[in-house]
Amino acid sequence: MNVRHIGADFRVVVRSYLRNPVALFFSLIFPIILIGLFGLIFSAAGSGPVTVQVLNEDHNSPVSQAFLAALNNTSVVKVAVVSDASVTPSNFGSWLGANDDPVGLIVPDGFASDYENGTATNLTVYTNPSDAASSGTVLGAVQGVANGFNLRRACSGTACSPVIGYTSENVGSPVYTYIDYLIPGLIGFSILTSPMFSMVDIASSYRKDGIFRELSLTPLTRAEWLVSRISWYVLLTFVAAGIMIGAGVYLFSAHVHLTLGLLPFLVIGPFFFVSLGMLAGSVAKTPESAALIGNIITFPMMFLSGTFFTVASFPPYLQDFARVLPLYYVIDGMNQVMLFSNSGRALVDLLIVLVAGIVVFALAVRLFKWRDE
Amino acid sequence: MPTAIEVRGLTKRYGALAAVDGIDFSVESGTVFSFLGPNGAGKTTTTEILEGLRRRTDGDVRVLGLDPWNDGAALHRRIGVIPQDFRFFEKITAREAVEYYRALFHTNADPARLLAQVELLDKIDARFDTLSGGQKQKLGLALALTNDPEICFLDEPTTGLDPHARRSIWAVIRDLKRSGRTVFLTTHYLEEAELLADHVAIINHGRIIAAGTPGEIIRAHGRPERITVEAPAELATYLAQRLGVAATADGGHVSVELGDKRDALKVLQAIDASGLPWDSFETAHDTLEDVFVRLVGQMDDGALKQEARS
Repeated sequence: MNVRHIGADFRVVVRSYLRNPVALFFSLIFPIILIGLFGLIFSAAGSGPVTVQVLNEDHNSPVSQAFLAALNNTSVVKVAVVSDASVTPSNFGSWLGANDDPVGLIVPDGFASDYENGTATNLTVYTNPSDAASSGTVLGAVQGVANGFNLRRACSGTACSPVIGYTSENVGSPVYTYIDYLIPGLIGFSILTSPMFSMVDIASSYRKDGIFRELSLTPLTRAEWLVSRISWYVLLTFVAAGIMIGAGVYLFSAHVHLTLGLLPFLVIGPFFFVSLGMLAGSVAKTPESAALIGNIITFPMMFLSGTFFTVASFPPYLQDFARVLPLYYVIDGMNQVMLFSNSGRALVDLLIVLVAGIVVFALAVRLFKWRDE
Repeated sequence: MPTAIEVRGLTKRYGALAAVDGIDFSVESGTVFSFLGPNGAGKTTTTEILEGLRRRTDGDVRVLGLDPWNDGAALHRRIGVIPQDFRFFEKITAREAVEYYRALFHTNADPARLLAQVELLDKIDARFDTLSGGQKQKLGLALALTNDPEICFLDEPTTGLDPHARRSIWAVIRDLKRSGRTVFLTTHYLEEAELLADHVAIINHGRIIAAGTPGEIIRAHGRPERITVEAPAELATYLAQRLGVAATADGGHVSVELGDKRDALKVLQAIDASGLPWDSFETAHDTLEDVFVRLVGQMDDGALKQEARS
């Protein structure tokens, strides 16, 4: 391994890259777009109360007013009483749909008198299954407020005030929001995609164009060539991670716990994926099949390794599958150091990626041929 | 003169097909050797075996005394290779490309001097993707010279280039020879070989069908020199009877094959003495191209007839 050779090749790679505006855009601007897009989508959904449209068929009663006021006071939902006289319980569902309102509530006629008489009465909650977050919030709030009213109805005065209460906090640190979980995921996304897509392409197109043949006639070795590419993607990963952290902090007030523990992941991650991309490109016979192999490897990892959604939210069989994906360990390790200060588990994650990386690097150097037999 | 390349019984098989079928030749140091053959004859396969880019099936090959496949790394420090249709990193300039090779080969080649040598100095700061086909080949040539090679392998270096670009590549090849290097030139432009090469080998269907200097090959395989005049067909009969030479008539022209250059005078005297009307005469001899076309054509006709019989 000759450092001078690696340096010479590295300079060529950097120049080629910096002179290619499209490549530069995808590596540096794309992360900002990603973080902006996902930050906006998910931060908006996670912050502020969910508006619930209420059709109050018992609108004059003080009990229904009190119930809705209590619902409003939970601060997780915002009650909007439907004033349109044409809306009835029979067309309420389609009216919600037509107005793009994901959740609604019908307070039935006679709600107050049934409550006072101790007769069973039934609230109807409309939810949209595709908006699980709003649905869950409204169902929880309605249930909570109804429980309070039931309790008050069953006891008198302060005879049986609730014993168990709760306050809500987030996993990790009290101040974390979705964006804080998104940043390690998106850094992982970038560690995966930029080397995988371009190395697979390079491996097949350089062979087709005879550039590997040219290089095979120089003293540059395959391992040196691969180390030069890895160095470049490590550098690119540092820049992309910096941009994403910066964008997260300035655009979405993310709370990032910057620690030295993050650095090994920004080195070992690209090391693994540059080698894997080269390996995939080397086994393919044509650029088309190389792209296909690259996509087959990349796409499951892109979505199932905890990039945009935490793996814990997956069904068990999918969680098992995620644990086979190398990117899972890169992202989990970054989560451990950036969010949970759990260096023990991060170290295990790092070792898994390192060992896998050494194996893939060795295979790539062995299988990727400069010259023909 | 020492031998730069020595090839004995070289064979390369792909399954049942023998792309190169037991060929022998050698190239002396400091000479230009041209390897000729139609497409698919085995030229590129042979060249790549010599360059250490392809493994041979059988036979013995020594380039600068080294086995190209097993001693590839050592050999590559001493040879320069310009492939057909040279490609490089698109966004890198000619200067940067030479600097890159200089760092890889640990030499102190000067980019400006090397690019001047291949007449590309005016494009020293142009990126590869802005160069024309001829300029790209010249850069390939400059890179192949970065390590001051003892042998330069040029694989169809002028294919697809305009006449001006071809001539400037030829000038570089002559320079290489003048500086004492051995040049192994693959081409299918016969006049290129005739102009530049000291020795030529013609390969077809994996076998060498002729070898020697261009003059030797033409003498051995070409038709004799002939004299042609504009005249009626009776002249052919007259000359055949009077001189006992092979004379043919075709479309108002009569051609006479000359056994020796000095026979030309006798033939002209006989033509004049015939009393038949005659006009404008010319002499003609086979070029390497005529010989090549005939040799390759005969071989392919033979192969076709054999195929038809079986």
